[in-house]
Amino acid sequence: MGTPGEGLGRCSHALIRGVPESLASGEGAGAGLPALDLAKAQREHGVLGGKLRQRLGLQLLELPPEESLPLGPLLGDTAVIQGDTALITRPWSPARRPEVDGVRKALQDLGLRIVEIGDENATLDGTDVLFTGREFFVGLSKWTNHRGAEIVADTFRDFAVSTVPVSGPSHLRGLCGMGGPRTVVAGSSDAAQKAVRAMAVLTDHPYASLTLPDDAAADCLFLRPGLPGVPPFLLH
Amino acid sequence: MTTEVGSVSEVKKDSSQLGTDATKEKPKEVAENQQNQSSDPEEEKGSQPPPAAESQSSLRRQKREKETSESRGISRFIPPWLKKQKSYTLVVAKDGGDKKEPTQAVVEEQVLDKEEPLPEEQRQAKGDAEEMAQKKQEIKVEVKEEKPSVSKEEKPSVSKVEMQPTELVSKEREEKVKETQEDKLEGGAAKRETKEVQTNELKAEKASQKVTKKTKTVQCKVTLLDGTEYSCDLEKHAKGQVLFDKVCEHLNLLEKDYFGLLFQESPEQKNWLDPAKEIKRQLRNLPWLFTFNVKFYPPDPSQLTEDITRYFLCLQLRQDIASGRLPCSFVTHALLGSYTLQAELGDYDPEEHGSIDLSEFQFAPTQTKELEEKVAELHKTHRGLSPAQADSQFLENAKRLSMYGVDLHHAKDSEGVDIKLGVCANGLLIYKDRLRINRFAWPKILKISYKRSNFYIKVRPAELEQFESTIGFKLPNHRAAKRLWKVCVEHHTFYRLVSPEQPPKAKFLTLGSKFRYSGRTQAQTRQASTLIDRPAPHFERTSSKRVSRSLDGAPIGVMDQSLMKDFPGAAGEISAYGPGLVSIAVVQDGDGRREVRSPTKAPHLQLIEGKKNSLRVEGDNIYVRHSNLMLEELDKAQEDILKHQASISELKRNFMESTPEPRPNEWEKRRITPLSLQTQGRKGDHLFKDILSVKEKYLMPTIWTVEEKAQETDKSSHETLNIVEEKKRAEVGKDERVITEEMNGKEISPGSGPGEIRKVEPVTQKDSTSLSSESSSSSSESEEEDVGEYRPHHRVTEGTIREEQEYEEEVEEEPRPAAKVVEREEAVPEASPVTQAGASVITVETVIQENVGAQKIPGEKSVHEGALKQDMGEEAEEEPQKVNGEVSHVDIDVLPQIICCSEPPVVKTEMVTISDASQRTEISTKEVPIVQTETKTITYESPQIDGGAGGDSGTLLTAQTITSESVSTTTTTHITKTVKGGISETRIEKRIVITGDGDIDHDQALAQAIREAREQHPDMSVTRVVVHKETELAEEGED
Repeated sequence: MGTPGEGLGRCSHALIRGVPESLASGEGAGAGLPALDLAKAQREHGVLGGKLRQRLGLQLLELPPEESLPLGPLLGDTAVIQGDTALITRPWSPARRPEVDGVRKALQDLGLRIVEIGDENATLDGTDVLFTGREFFVGLSKWTNHRGAEIVADTFRDFAVSTVPVSGPSHLRGLCGMGGPRTVVAGSSDAAQKAVRAMAVLTDHPYASLTLPDDAAADCLFLRPGLPGVPPFLLH
Repeated sequence: MTTEVGSVSEVKKDSSQLGTDATKEKPKEVAENQQNQSSDPEEEKGSQPPPAAESQSSLRRQKREKETSESRGISRFIPPWLKKQKSYTLVVAKDGGDKKEPTQAVVEEQVLDKEEPLPEEQRQAKGDAEEMAQKKQEIKVEVKEEKPSVSKEEKPSVSKVEMQPTELVSKEREEKVKETQEDKLEGGAAKRETKEVQTNELKAEKASQKVTKKTKTVQCKVTLLDGTEYSCDLEKHAKGQVLFDKVCEHLNLLEKDYFGLLFQESPEQKNWLDPAKEIKRQLRNLPWLFTFNVKFYPPDPSQLTEDITRYFLCLQLRQDIASGRLPCSFVTHALLGSYTLQAELGDYDPEEHGSIDLSEFQFAPTQTKELEEKVAELHKTHRGLSPAQADSQFLENAKRLSMYGVDLHHAKDSEGVDIKLGVCANGLLIYKDRLRINRFAWPKILKISYKRSNFYIKVRPAELEQFESTIGFKLPNHRAAKRLWKVCVEHHTFYRLVSPEQPPKAKFLTLGSKFRYSGRTQAQTRQASTLIDRPAPHFERTSSKRVSRSLDGAPIGVMDQSLMKDFPGAAGEISAYGPGLVSIAVVQDGDGRREVRSPTKAPHLQLIEGKKNSLRVEGDNIYVRHSNLMLEELDKAQEDILKHQASISELKRNFMESTPEPRPNEWEKRRITPLSLQTQGRKGDHLFKDILSVKEKYLMPTIWTVEEKAQETDKSSHETLNIVEEKKRAEVGKDERVITEEMNGKEISPGSGPGEIRKVEPVTQKDSTSLSSESSSSSSESEEEDVGEYRPHHRVTEGTIREEQEYEEEVEEEPRPAAKVVEREEAVPEASPVTQAGASVITVETVIQENVGAQKIPGEKSVHEGALKQDMGEEAEEEPQKVNGEVSHVDIDVLPQIICCSEPPVVKTEMVTISDASQRTEISTKEVPIVQTETKTITYESPQIDGGAGGDSGTLLTAQTITSESVSTTTTTHITKTVKGGISETRIEKRIVITGDGDIDHDQALAQAIREAREQHPDMSVTRVVVHKETELAEEGED
């Protein structure tokens, strides 16, 4: 861990998963996604991989798509990684739980310390977890419950883990994200603003907040790959 | 009277009056008591020493009480010990007699001297011990004789006279003696007699100490942080402070305000020993067992002045970690453990350490082999770190843990759900299981109270709410509720206030606890720490696995010898001298603290200054400073009352304006140097970090200006532009002194929270008397109150404590909606590029004020033009400056609407030397180029119309920061939107850093930047421009 706060966005690897055709079958709506154009999704996925690899210079690991796991590409839900520790989540949707298997394997191969959720009562979607570089916020949403958040706290003990009630059909990170160190970007929807306010109350650290016109835009990743000299990226 | 005398008494006017008054009133009582004493000689002797100290303190207190006309039963205790006091004075007189002139004012002097004489006394005691050991009995006789005629004041003076070294003209002395005697003794006592008295008394003192243990003492055991036990005898009625001071002396700890003593009330409840109250009353029937612990965790340990303080903090944290109170991840356990090893074992040595069984250390609550291996592995990487550095690294990592400094209390919420309440520097945290579910920053809390087993906080209305809400928690029992309440009061006071709040005045029929934190606040303790000027004390780190080896608190070396004198009762002295001595020491401290505001202090100190060794003087200065501070505060207070009638905002402004000029401090240097390592971390908090992160690595601790400097290559010059459009962000660094003084000014500002109206008068009163009233409060508080109430001072104070961490908080609060006036103040503070030094404070203050004024302008976005004027071209004075760690002390006197520049103190290169000496970090010594620079700061201010009150409470809507970079400039834009009175206001603060070597025309760049700013926001006005320019002078590069 060393210096928390500096950890934000530092990364060396990227893990993605191909888009299965089953993604178009309507499951996506359940996850708060707009209707999907499969071809477009696959195309975008390809672009994403390319960007990660070439622009960001990340080691790209790609898991094969699995038709049985339509939401498989949404890897963010399957693990919470900070430092050398990866918490394998227990997604709310039972159908998605098998997704974690492939992810676990991949992360293990990377030498990360794997933490599992053993509690049957806990549900946790990775995209409900926002790591700001200094602390965690866990959205208590449709998908993530208190117990799940508690396990995040248990796993990442160095950090404050605060819970943020999330209303509406969205994960916490569907509403806001880190636009940079100490900068939270958030959508302008009520839910997003509410979440940001809650976070502002809960935190010991200062964050600037940047409000964007729509929530989806706030779903971004701040990455500082590789060497310190390389400028950071904001990945949408 | 000699002139000397005259001056002395003059200076002491106030105190002397008090003193004489007090003493005059007492004689009868005294006499009576003496009689009593003489009738029961044995017992009296036995109990004398400790009481003596007590009496002294009580004496002082008594005076104070008289002063505040709050005198209470304390005087009861005084008479019995008067005799002792006399003897004490005698000793002093003998050794330090040259300092004093016998006069009518003697008594006062004596009182004052109590702070000081200890060392002499000690020496004296040692030297003369045998001499004196003979008669004890005589004293009583003497006393009796004197009783009728001699007032207690006399004796000391007389004896002093007698003992005085030959330097003084004996005639003079005699005359004086006669005078005094005649005056007070009515000629009854002869000189001869006094002589006798004197010797007798000396003996008596000695003798009584021997007998000390016979009666009325209790043995205390204190478990120290390294696991060793310290035991001592205490007078039965001793206050907590006595014991605490003893322990700190034993530990050779000066920055003691962060610590406290705990006693175990029940298996699961530990209570802090209240220093202001009798130990016995707090303990009731519990055994006199205590543990020495950190009470207030310094948010930034790197700001502690002494390594020894950090060391104790480390020990505490190691305990916290091992016990699981401070949860860590595996990696952190390993990292912290490795620093522990480095601190305790030194560099990893395969031969020596390869075989060490790490399981003897406890790095974590549950320790695995894997962890030990990891620890060992990391240990190898710390090669070269000194123990102090390793401790610092340890703390740097530990302080970031989310539970660092959080004092957890079990409770249930209103629905009966188990939660924990965590009290910390920033406020109150609510946890459910391990999760933080709510947080109430101190500024948000209007009132803290408890009733029976319920604990309540009243919080400011949230953004869209109209009313305050009160939130209740159920604690396991009444005592737990009270304890939590007390901890909250203490934490709030310690971290948020400049000086402790005065306990509520006793009123008829008042219910509830009057408890208030009576120690020093963080601001005060930092202030005091700045004056610590002893060589870093030597201390030995006790290996956590070899607990049996005791921590050697005794100072070593010549230097330290003198230290010992400073701190009576230190180490070896204790046994020889007995409790009496120590308690004297207590008086000393106590006085310093409590009487801080008494004007008499200063004179006294001056008196002593020349005569005592420098170390001592240092110690005293602390108090002088304080008293000065307080005086200033007082003045302000009055001023403020007047102004208050006008309007709150008016008031605030006044405070700001009247902020006293901080004095540059040597401590700055000392503090900074050792901190180089940590500061790097700290810098992370700066906006600049983002931009310049790479470069910061090379930086010394400084504020951002320096960062810039270091940022590019040597010999480049940088110019920083601050164009403030309406609002600036506080960027000002870490100067605590600043804080204190700022706050002084603000103390009085009326509470501005909605619904909470504070009366100005009482507040002001507080300022003048709060410290002095401690005694009354302590005696009046009952352990059993059912209710307690505490209103955090919300006033401006909250907006004023500005430190590194606070900075964060400020920012943090910005985005928070519903910020109230006070909070907003916090958010608004101006960022003068000037930074750091005390001088800059002023700037900040003024600016803030102006900002406030600006905010008030109803039509915001208004018409302030001409801000920049032609001033652009103007040059400020340039100050040579060292890059190395020392920030440029640029002193800007910002007068509203005017450009003003004044010279910063010139910072010397000593920094470098120091850092070498302390071998703090390679970074500081190797990598930081020592470059001479020029720094200048210019502030352009547009005329501001004071909008008057009313506008104060805007609501912060959004705040955002945007950073952009180009070749030679880095622009940080901070946009804040606030709403007040239905009008929204947007403030944009731009910080533009122009970096480059001489080629760049900075003025042009500046003009360009401003032009751009105006173009970008045509509908806004530029209200303020601060230019901070740093130029490295080529000559002195380090290369």
